[in-house]
This record gives sequence, structure tokens and C-alpha cells, in this order.
Amino acid sequence: MRHMRKSAGVLAAGAVAALALTACSTGDGETPGDSTDATVDAVEVDCADFEQYGDLSGKTVTIYAGIVAPEDTPYMTSFEPFEECTGATVDYQADKQFEQQILVRAQAGNTPDIAIVPQPGLLAQLVATGTVVPAPEGVAANVDEFWGESWKDLGTVDGTFYAAPSGASVKSLVWYSPTQFEENGYEVPETLDDLMALTEQIAADGNNKPWCAGIASGEATGWPLTDWMEDMVLRVGGPDVYDQWVSHEIAFDSEVPTQALDAVGEYLKNPDYVNGGIGDVSTIATTAFQDAGLPILDGQCSLHRMASFYAANFPEGTDVADDGDVFAFYLPSEDSSTKPVLGAGEFVTAFSDRPEVQALLEFWSTDTWANLKAAASSEETGGGWITANSGLDTDNLVNPIDLLSAEILLDPASEFRFDGSDQMPAAVGSGAFWKESTNWITGQSTADTLSKIEAAWP
Amino acid sequence: MNVADKLVAMVLALAAFAVVIGLILFVVSLLERRGARRVAWFFVGPTVLLLIVGLLYPAGRTVVRSLFDAAGSSFIGIANYTAIFSSPDQLVVLRNTVLWVLVTPFVATLVGLLYAIWVNGARGESAAKALIFLPMAISFVGASIIWKFVYEYRFYDPDVRVNPEQIGLLNQVLVWLGMQPQQFLLNQPWNNLFLIVVMIWIQAGFAMTILSAAIKAIPAEITEAARLDGVSASQLFRFVTVPAIRPTLVVVLTTIAIGCLKVFDIVRTMTGGLYGTSVVANEFYTQSFTAGNQGLGAALAVLLFVLVIPIIVYNVRQLRQAEAR
Repeated sequence: MRHMRKSAGVLAAGAVAALALTACSTGDGETPGDSTDATVDAVEVDCADFEQYGDLSGKTVTIYAGIVAPEDTPYMTSFEPFEECTGATVDYQADKQFEQQILVRAQAGNTPDIAIVPQPGLLAQLVATGTVVPAPEGVAANVDEFWGESWKDLGTVDGTFYAAPSGASVKSLVWYSPTQFEENGYEVPETLDDLMALTEQIAADGNNKPWCAGIASGEATGWPLTDWMEDMVLRVGGPDVYDQWVSHEIAFDSEVPTQALDAVGEYLKNPDYVNGGIGDVSTIATTAFQDAGLPILDGQCSLHRMASFYAANFPEGTDVADDGDVFAFYLPSEDSSTKPVLGAGEFVTAFSDRPEVQALLEFWSTDTWANLKAAASSEETGGGWITANSGLDTDNLVNPIDLLSAEILLDPASEFRFDGSDQMPAAVGSGAFWKESTNWITGQSTADTLSKIEAAWP
Repeated sequence: MNVADKLVAMVLALAAFAVVIGLILFVVSLLERRGARRVAWFFVGPTVLLLIVGLLYPAGRTVVRSLFDAAGSSFIGIANYTAIFSSPDQLVVLRNTVLWVLVTPFVATLVGLLYAIWVNGARGESAAKALIFLPMAISFVGASIIWKFVYEYRFYDPDVRVNPEQIGLLNQVLVWLGMQPQQFLLNQPWNNLFLIVVMIWIQAGFAMTILSAAIKAIPAEITEAARLDGVSASQLFRFVTVPAIRPTLVVVLTTIAIGCLKVFDIVRTMTGGLYGTSVVANEFYTQSFTAGNQGLGAALAVLLFVLVIPIIVYNVRQLRQAEAR
């Protein structure tokens, strides 16, 4: 009897394990709903445009990405015309662990056909595994036509062009309350000097501290400060010096970066200017970046520098518009003659040169796709997606922040630069830069901070 | 996959598992006739194999890796270890780990012991015990998030017209008492103690449960004899209770001490190891997986292993002595 009971116990334990296993397997491999009934009405699609890709019936292209529900459905919708006209099937798989998993999969040789890679640094790591195939001619031509040199460089590793850009986001934004500005007679600043003058004015009026900021973000704590500094390097030194700084041609603690971090400090380390609605300077270190801009809604803070995606952090019912509760303006440059833009984006990376994969890549890099995707996002998720594809028709955007971001991105005067910390080696970009910025805001000097980051460069 | 598919998959998985186990038991029953030693090897073999593949090999690799540079490509000898004991950042990490190991076990055990004695035999003992035992049921990450809210800070300035609402319980209490709210997670070096509080909150229940059982196991004759000899309550505690439960005390102390050496979740969740609160286990993770310094990360993992060994040796010796008695 004792023996029997024992084996029953083992069985029960095993059953639990098996249950856990099935739960995992169904959770991981799940492909988001096949219910892609939604059609894109706003953009006219003519199957004749797809004839160049030939008949691809029965062929399947797999896409692997970190973009999960609900943002994944517009992607699937945007590929529908391609599927209908060529007969190919697009299999989109989303995974929150994409950034870790894609490297593991590439090293193991188990690659998807296409991956949506959110950082040039990761693209370079993937290329180093030898599994990425260069972009086809047609894609290169489209990128030349619609994006231009700086974006093409971001998808290029060691002189070979691999990946076309897809989505983009703008980080050089300052959130504010249009209502509060109107009540107090504040004007949206046009230059950095104006911004400082506005800051002084708000501080002098004494209703609230002008700026609010927060950099706490779990293990990534500090990243909002790295964005601040990148924006200032772009403004103090210009895009060329920025590129040298990112690629470590100039030292991290050389003159321009030092001036840039000091320029950030003029705002964020001045106890009269921060931290509106939260506390003193040191509270910037412990305030979650998601919460940091919310005091704008209570009138406890006037200015908050954060990327376009911050729109999603305001509570439901907040009117995000240029005459509403909150909106954003472009973080101005030294004078209005230059317009450096800090941002981020995604890169469509292929691991296969099968004809159907090449066809999808080419379609993906066209203005047709960009408009299909923008319209699908507007329809299904209320916006939240833009691209730097100059063929983008802004009529397909509904969200005011998307419109503003697209306007900034597509402005011919804009000089786009990709988030620098994403391009630096991990020891700096996701190590010392975050950590020492956090130490800097809690009291460490600019010189110590920058020399420590410089020392961490591998 | 819909629900029906999932159910089918689950049933299939269960069936597959039953088949495998059935097969193993069948093979064992065949082997059983040929002698017990073979059966033993049949069961021990896979375990030994998995231990070698899953524990010994990675441990060896970690030691080797700790002698290489950040990328794991060139041999640098013991430079990673000297870095741990010389760089100011790493010395803070060591200091914090020492603080955790010295403070937590003793305070948690003391709280648990006093509580166990205090509620022993009192009315509503089980309810009182459940209260202090409950935090044990919460995961470290869950507990950390709870305490993060407790410590949350918003400024309070009596001269300002509108102050933000205090979200943190502790700071709200301070404001009610007429004091200034504090940034518990930021102000060094005290923030370490506020993290340790979370661990004590969790572990005191563990200490209390084990010690309470040990106290109840003290033979009634001994305590009665001591009482007849006219000892006071404190003497009873000092000369009877503590010596009688000494082996249990050692087990509790060492178990919590090992837990503190390995503490990771609390630090990671509450501060991410920033503001001078990092500990060895957290630093090992940060260096290995976010900062991309695999050599230093491996060296920290080896150091952690070396630090745990003496405690485990002491623990095992105490257990053997207790058994020998």
C-alpha cells in the first residue's frame, strides 16, 4: 500500500509539472488572433501594384517582433493587401522577450524570416551572428527615395545596408498644459534661451516649480536622463559632434558632453526649477518615469521633457491636444536655423533571401505600406504609430501627438539622430550611462560622472 | 488556441507523462528481480547526470569565466577579484552584503523568538501566529512592491498652499505627527536598513514558527523543575529555553543568513541596486546581464558561493552534533 501511495504522489506531482508545461507552451507560441476582418478603408489598394512580386500562393513569411497586443493588429492589417494580391501568408509572432530571444534564436540558427529590430545596436549584434541577409536592391532604392541618408546609415553595418526603417518615435518633446500656458500668458519657446527665460518666469511667478522629471524605471533607471543629455549634446555640439560622441571618437568626458550635461543640470539640478509636485532635486531619482509628468495635470508642474509615447501615461479622459489639458512642443534648439531631433525607430531585418521574403521587404519599405499602417493604427488603436517615410500622408493620422511628431520628423530642416545610448556598447549604453546619471542627479559632480562613464567604455 | 484545444493539449501532456512514468516503473520492476543495486543506479543515475550537467558543469564554467575579461575572450587572471575588493563601487556592495548578513538574521530571529514566547499558550495563539506568519506567503517581489508604496515620498511644505497627496503610508504618518516626510529609499546609508526591514518582515514569521515548535517540544518536566527551583522568567529563558532550543536557533539563524547572502529580489525591485544599496547577488546580475561584464559577474557569483560555504558547513556540523546527542 505504501508503495502505491508513493507512486500516486509522483504522478500527481508530475501532473502539476505537465500542466505547467502546457500552460507555458500555449502562452509562448500563441499567435495573436486570426480575426483580421478589419479592412483598411482609408487607403486605396490596387492589386496591379503587386504584380511585380509575382504569384506567391502557398508561400509563408514569418515575422518575429516585440510589438505585442494591441499594437500588433495594425501590423497584420497592413499586410492584408499583400496577402490578398500575391497569395502569400504573413505569419506574425509577437513576444515580449523579443530583444533577448532574437539573439538566442540567431545564435542557435533558428531564425524567423523577418524580425522587427528596435535598436541599431541589436541589429549590429545580429549581423555579427552571420545570419542576417543584406537588403535587396528594391528596398535600398525605396529607402533612398523615402528616408534619406541618416536613416539608411542606421540600418547599415560595416558598409553593408541590411535593414530598412519602419516605425519611428520622437523624443525631443516637452509636455506642457496649453490651458495653464494660456491662463498665465506663457508662450511656447522657439529657442533654448526662450526656454530658459520661460523657466525663470514660471519660477518667479511662484505658482509651482517649472519642471518635473522622474528617472526610476526598474533596472533601466536613469534612461530618461541619458535622453536629456543626448538632446543637449545635439544642441550644444550639433549632429556631427553627436555622432562622434556616440561612436566614441571624442571622449565621453570631453568638452561638448560636459557642457551638455551641465546644460541639463541648469534645469534639473536647480532646486528652484524642480521637481514640480513631487519634491526636491533628489526625488527625480526615485520617481517612476511614468508618474513624473502627471503633476502637469494638477498645475503643480509646467514642463516635462519626455518622448511622444508618454501620451499613453495620462489617465483616460485626458484631452491631449494643442488646446487641451496636455500637449507637447518641440524641445527648441539654440536658434531656429537648426532643428536636431532625437528619436528612435524600428528596423526590418531579414534572415532569408527567399523571393516571398524579399517581396514583403520591398512592399514594407514603400509609401503605400506606410500609409496602410498609419491608417490601420489610427483605426484600431487610436494612433500611436508614425514613420519617417516621407511618403506618409498625414491625413492618415488622427492623434494630435502623432501629427506633431510626424510634422517634426518630416520637416526637411530636421536632422534626425537615433537615441545614442541604444547604439553605445552595453557596458555604457545600458550600464554606466544609466547608473552614473542616477548618481549625478543625487549629487555627483558632472566631471566625476563623465569620467566614470568614460572609464567604463570597453 | 481556444479553450478546447488547450484542454486537449493538457490531457495529451498528462497522458504522455503517465506513459513515461509507467515505462520507467515497468523497467524498474524488471530490474528489481536482478538485484537492488541496479535499481538504485537506475534511479540515482539520471539525478547524478542532471547534477553534473546542470550544476557542476556550469559552476566550473563560471569559475573559469571569472578569470576572463568582460567579453570572455582574453585571460586576465584574478583582476576581476581584485576589482571587487578595490573599486569603491564594489566595496559598497560588499559593505551592504555584510550589513544584510549581520543585521537580518539576528533581528528576525529575535523578533520571532520573543513573539513565540509571548504568544505561547496565550488565548488566540494560532490567530496571533497566523498574523506574523502571513508575510511568508507573499513573494519577495510582492512584498517589495508593497513596501515601496509604504516608503513612497512626496514633498510636504507647510508654507505652500497645495501640497501633493502623500501616497506612502509611512510618510503620511510622519506628516500627521508634524514631521517632514523622508526619502527612505534614497538617503544613504539608512536606505539599506529600510530594505532590510522588508526581509525581517518576511523572515520573522519563519523564525517564529520554527522556534515556537521547538519551545513547545521542551519537556514540561524541565521547565517545572526549574520553576520549583524558583527561577524568574528571565532566568528560565536564559538557562532553560535558549539552551534547549539552541540547535533550532542555529538552523534558523543560518538559514536566514544564507537567504540574506543571496538576497536579490528585494533590492532589484525596490531600488535596482542604485543609491548605494546593491548587494553581491544583485551586482552579479547587473554586471552579467545589463552591463555586459560577464567576467566580473562570474567573479561575483563565485564570491557568493565562497561566502555561503562556511555557513552551510557550520549548519551541517550543528545538525550532526544535535543528532549525535
